[in-house]
Amino acid sequence: MARITLKNLKHAYMPNPVNDEDWALKELNLDWDDGGAYALLGPSGCGKTTLLNLISGLLTPSHGSILFDDHDVTGLPPEQRKIAQVFQFPVVYDTMTVYDNLAFPLRNRGVDETTVNKRVLEVAEMNDLTATLGNRASGLTADGKQKISLGRGLVRTDVNAILFDEPLTVIDPHLKFQLRSKLKELHTRVPNTMIYVTHDQTEAITFADKVVVMNVGEVVQVGTPKELFEEPHHTFVGHFIGSPGMNVLGCEVKNGQAYIAGKRIQTANKASAKAGKSEIGVRPEFVKFAGRGLEARVVKVSDAGRFSVVEADSAGGRVRLLVEEGGAIPSDSAHLEFDPTATRIYTDGWLAGREGQP
Amino acid sequence: MNKTVNQKAWFFVAPVLILVAFNAIVPLMTVVNYSVQETFGDNVFFWAGLRWFEEILRSPRFHDALGRQLFFTGTILAIEIPLGVIIALAMPRKGPWVSVCLVLMAMPLLIPWNVVGAMWNIFGLPELGLLGKTLNMIGFDYNYTRQPGDAWFTLILMDVWHWTSLVVLLAYAGLVSIPDAYYQAARIDGASSWAIFRYIQLPKMKRVLTIAVLLRFMDSFNIYTEPSVLTGGGPGNSTTLLSLDLVKIALGQFDLGPAAAMSLIYFLVILLFSWIFYTVMTRGEEQ
Repeated sequence: MARITLKNLKHAYMPNPVNDEDWALKELNLDWDDGGAYALLGPSGCGKTTLLNLISGLLTPSHGSILFDDHDVTGLPPEQRKIAQVFQFPVVYDTMTVYDNLAFPLRNRGVDETTVNKRVLEVAEMNDLTATLGNRASGLTADGKQKISLGRGLVRTDVNAILFDEPLTVIDPHLKFQLRSKLKELHTRVPNTMIYVTHDQTEAITFADKVVVMNVGEVVQVGTPKELFEEPHHTFVGHFIGSPGMNVLGCEVKNGQAYIAGKRIQTANKASAKAGKSEIGVRPEFVKFAGRGLEARVVKVSDAGRFSVVEADSAGGRVRLLVEEGGAIPSDSAHLEFDPTATRIYTDGWLAGREGQP
Repeated sequence: MNKTVNQKAWFFVAPVLILVAFNAIVPLMTVVNYSVQETFGDNVFFWAGLRWFEEILRSPRFHDALGRQLFFTGTILAIEIPLGVIIALAMPRKGPWVSVCLVLMAMPLLIPWNVVGAMWNIFGLPELGLLGKTLNMIGFDYNYTRQPGDAWFTLILMDVWHWTSLVVLLAYAGLVSIPDAYYQAARIDGASSWAIFRYIQLPKMKRVLTIAVLLRFMDSFNIYTEPSVLTGGGPGNSTTLLSLDLVKIALGQFDLGPAAAMSLIYFLVILLFSWIFYTVMTRGEEQ
């Protein structure tokens, strides 16, 4: 058990990084509380797996340090870091039985057989593997194999954190839900820190207490799912989380106020003094049709069950909004009203007033 | 639903059938024909039944040749398979050296077999060969044309030099196909390099190694050209392997009947060993 601290951490896969783009992971300072359930969320290639491998020790960072509690582990190999990791593709030792697979990490560490047996049976019970303990691991289905990979992490008592690298990628959709709830349940039973890498917002939000959102090698926001939804610190977070994502509309700024086509838009924050591209961000949930407001023309309505997603063109760009089932939808021109408490000004992508601070 | 009868397909299969008939079935049947008859030339044949088979199976000469053959094949397998795996493990997985290693490994395989025999024949000559002369200079009484032990040593060394690369290349192909995640997981599980070899690399190489053993078994059991050029079966009969003996009976003594019977027994031995080995190795993979 340990708190994980990342200090000025940076990583590049090339020997002499010069440009910003050369860094697979840009400078990062982050604390992971002991026992927390975290998700690392971001699109493919954003550096999630790099960050995970740096924490587990499969990669050594080009710059900066990693601390477990107050102990510097930057130079230590994975076997000395007391980390467990579950990979995208299930790794099982084909020639061994399920039992031997689970016992493997303990036997490698010279644990006596009585303890091994006790731990293996416990973990098998937790992972619903008891019935298959005597089977060859190679005969199991993908989800069974992934449970073994997970079990090999749980079986060790010395583990500081369990890292998951998109563990549900190869699992059938109907089993994904089961396995995900299993993980959540396990987290309540074992007090380990868990870090879960995914590009799927549903997985991230259902699993984690705190979500770390990454994009092109940097962390853009760390927060609870609620915070990410209600107050995205970056237009990327707004886009990436929520379905449909946040509306981002071009605007002009005068005296800290936002205007679209000359019309004043009430916002929760003030524009920063800094020059840069200004945009307004508002989630579809906080836009409604009204008698007055921003002029727009309805172009598309799609039914999404309990509500309809309406797309309308305005002077600031395409706006999506949600209309509840049975709600009136104007057929052509309309006026849109934004909830001022959920409408924010972004400068160069970052929430105005807190640029560049995840 | 009626299927249209279409006999045109036979035209497409015919070339292959004719080819196989002429290069396999017809010669094999000719051998079967010879093996049950006796001839004194002039294309006159007398029925001999299974006499030649009984004669061959009882003859000490065949037993000795088979014994030498088994010893040869057993020894080269025992050396080439582990050595090939060790070399494959030592080869780099990434970088510019990969192609250098692969080319070096492929080299012995590209040399014509009789050239290999001739090379080692000269290489081992005690008076002027690099190997022969060096061994004698440092105090070994080495002469492969006179001493059976030295002849065997040279023969086995030649085969190891010639064919270990094949095992290396196959084992290497098996190794590079292992995903990185296996090694990463093993590091996290705290596995030693022995455990990584035993539980990841060896199981993943099993298929290619099965093929390597089969190929090396069949090839070495059939080996003719290299020992024929190197020692010609000598000194005496000490390195007369099955194929060399067969050629002596068939073309030296023109005993077509016994030679044909021996070929069939020889063929069945190879088939039997290969089948047993393959069945044992692939057993349990179906589950």
